[in-house]
Amino acid sequence: MTPDQILEHCRDLSSQPLGAVAERWKATHPGGRVVAAYPVWAPAEIIHAAGMLPLALLGGGTSVELTHADARFQSFVCSVAKSSLELGFQGIVKGVDGFVFSNICDVARNLSSIWKRNFPDAFVDYLHLPQNSTSPGVPVYAANELRRLAAGFEQAFGLKVTEPALAKSIEIYNALRARLRALYAFRIAEPQKLSTTDLYAALRAATCVPPEEAIGWLDALLAALPLRDARPRDRLRVVVEGAFCEQPPLGLLEVLEEAGCYVVEDDLLLGWRWFTSDVATDGEPFERLGAAYVNQAVPSSTRHEGREHRSAGLIEKVRRSKAQAVIFTPAKFCEPALFDYVLMKQGLERAGIPHMIVEFEEKMWTFERTRNEIETFVESMLFD
Amino acid sequence: MPAQVTERQYQGKVHEHSRRLMSDWMGRLSRAEAEGQPTGALMISGNCVELLLACHILPMFPEVTALQNAIRHKSLPLILKAEQAGYSSDNCAYVKADIGLFLDGGMGPGKPIPFPTITVCNYVGCNVYVKWFEHLADLSGSKLFMLDVPFARTPGEPTQADVQYVVAQLKELIALCEGITGRKFDIDELREILGYAARAEEGYARSKDLCKAHPAPFDAYFDAINMMGPINVLRGTKEAAEFFDVAVAEFEELVAQNLGPLSEERFRIVVEGPPPYPYYKNFRNLFAKWGAVAVASTYSTVGGIWEWGFRHDARRPLESIAEQMLRENLTNRSITARYQQIKRYVEEWEADALVIHSIKSCRLFSAGQGDMRDYFTRELGVLTLLVESDLEDPRYYAEAQLRNRIDAFFEALEHKKLVVGAAGRRGAGALPSEATV
Repeated sequence: MTPDQILEHCRDLSSQPLGAVAERWKATHPGGRVVAAYPVWAPAEIIHAAGMLPLALLGGGTSVELTHADARFQSFVCSVAKSSLELGFQGIVKGVDGFVFSNICDVARNLSSIWKRNFPDAFVDYLHLPQNSTSPGVPVYAANELRRLAAGFEQAFGLKVTEPALAKSIEIYNALRARLRALYAFRIAEPQKLSTTDLYAALRAATCVPPEEAIGWLDALLAALPLRDARPRDRLRVVVEGAFCEQPPLGLLEVLEEAGCYVVEDDLLLGWRWFTSDVATDGEPFERLGAAYVNQAVPSSTRHEGREHRSAGLIEKVRRSKAQAVIFTPAKFCEPALFDYVLMKQGLERAGIPHMIVEFEEKMWTFERTRNEIETFVESMLFD
Repeated sequence: MPAQVTERQYQGKVHEHSRRLMSDWMGRLSRAEAEGQPTGALMISGNCVELLLACHILPMFPEVTALQNAIRHKSLPLILKAEQAGYSSDNCAYVKADIGLFLDGGMGPGKPIPFPTITVCNYVGCNVYVKWFEHLADLSGSKLFMLDVPFARTPGEPTQADVQYVVAQLKELIALCEGITGRKFDIDELREILGYAARAEEGYARSKDLCKAHPAPFDAYFDAINMMGPINVLRGTKEAAEFFDVAVAEFEELVAQNLGPLSEERFRIVVEGPPPYPYYKNFRNLFAKWGAVAVASTYSTVGGIWEWGFRHDARRPLESIAEQMLRENLTNRSITARYQQIKRYVEEWEADALVIHSIKSCRLFSAGQGDMRDYFTRELGVLTLLVESDLEDPRYYAEAQLRNRIDAFFEALEHKKLVVGAAGRRGAGALPSEATV
């Protein structure tokens, strides 16, 4: 298959409603269960080890009109929380048996219990992921929290997460993440051959299928991409930061590149490539996964890292990807991204790295102003 | 509209006493740097102030500074300073006012508000706390200790594993504090402090319980602020314990005399959400003119929920501090747990209605309050009003709009009372119980 054919398949997969994705999988897995995780990170390994299909609950994008959820959440609340809830009200996630939320922000926290109240038949769990990254007891706590989730699955669905099964799932997700890291590394090396919309298509599709299946076509894509014919252009290499939860409209990603950028790093769907390296493959698997959460996590606005300054991870990303600038893309009303913007921009300024900010909303549909802003920024950099 | 309701000058002793205690504390804070007194920044919700006191570290609370600036109408210029520095108009204005205070030269070496020697982020459910204290530690250069308190996400009591997880971090914090002060931690001193804390908690709970009286002796939303300083900031001191002894005696006397804060208590309301500090008195007046008295409020429980019986236990010092942080405060509990808290208030305090004050700054409180309204109106048939403004940013307070909604709500409520009264006199059947504005 050519990269275009694979990517077309990816776009087709991720354009389907979440409930339809769940039902399609269930048709070939009679009695199977499906659990969707709200951003940013959830242990897909544990869902997978229980024999279930892990999916991502990423809001409704432009596909859903709010008719119920905006009466539950106010106008000053981010769109992804409301449109996710709307998916529930409109039955678009019918077929998904469980939902996992975590302490990424105050809105997600409240959404979790409101989801539970409005959809009492669904399994709902709220993970408290540790914000303390340095105390000795934290990895043990994290492992226990993951065990608690597994016990919840057993109680709700009668599906036990055994240690051997979890060890196997960790290996499979290590393999998946290795492919995704390879895709990112490829884009850094040859951004002209892999646009961000293409990369996003592959990434998003990987959240819609069992990891074994995604690994298959990611391998094919990785093999075929270098053969793509594309000439490098005189563009600004940028890191995109801030779109780790609400999904930016594809139009925004397109505009970024059309306006003269190569996006060489980003934090899109960060939770699905959460670990900087493989989770260890020996030892008790819950402990390994818990320890990895504490010690191998990518820098994220939803996680406090006590060992380095808030801007350090971003600066490292800029250096590693040989980027020339950062474009902050916080979602409207996203407090974690908007707060981090200040400390990150201060860090970038100390390091002499140019930056600009473009707020987005998942339902945004006109990009001309954004295009103008980015073009001006790019021109000021390229022709300086 | 019936005869005008007037405010009785009832605030006397409790208000003055609270103001004196808080001024003393602010005075100590302003002298701390010159006197070499280490300070520790804490958040109000589910805090471990007793531990800092036992470690001889003077607690400071950026939230209190922010609200004081708001109530004195000083918050907007500070918020604008922060926004100029890059903070978004959509970020919590409490944080912006605090950062703005630093940018404006009101916080730091030689300033009225010192930099903290240590910044202790008691992360109890509020994710903005994490950001706020990261920023505070960054600008002050103080050591940041992230005290991770697992959210109350399982039914019932906190698990022993969660308690031990928090206790282990408290021990780590004690060691850090010992390093700062050079003084050995004394567990017996902590026990004594916890004894005072429990006495204050008992007094606060008793005060709130007295609001079950008709009329309630004080407004459990607007007047509770007089008690929130002593219970959240000064808890664990002898002075705070004595404050509540005096307050309880005064409230008991008011109950005995059948006196409330207004000339007439026409409506008993439960209020959910923080107040709009920049327009505190204006907002209060919108309710007072209708004879509406808050008999219970959720905001008064952000620091701790004492009315259901929890007290710090000197026999289990660190464990009971951990338990309070884990479960016995509003912020570390889910929004739907808050529905149950409010339901109890409505039922046990015999309220006529629920007023939800939804504020933009604090999504922990407000995100999803539309669902809360849905629960109370549709499922419980409790008359519910939802209004929006902000606790710190005066730009979000639209008085005319608020007045319209509040007036319409109480007109409807009054009408309902009249109709119910008439129907009762005629022995007629029940009226519809649902109404919302």
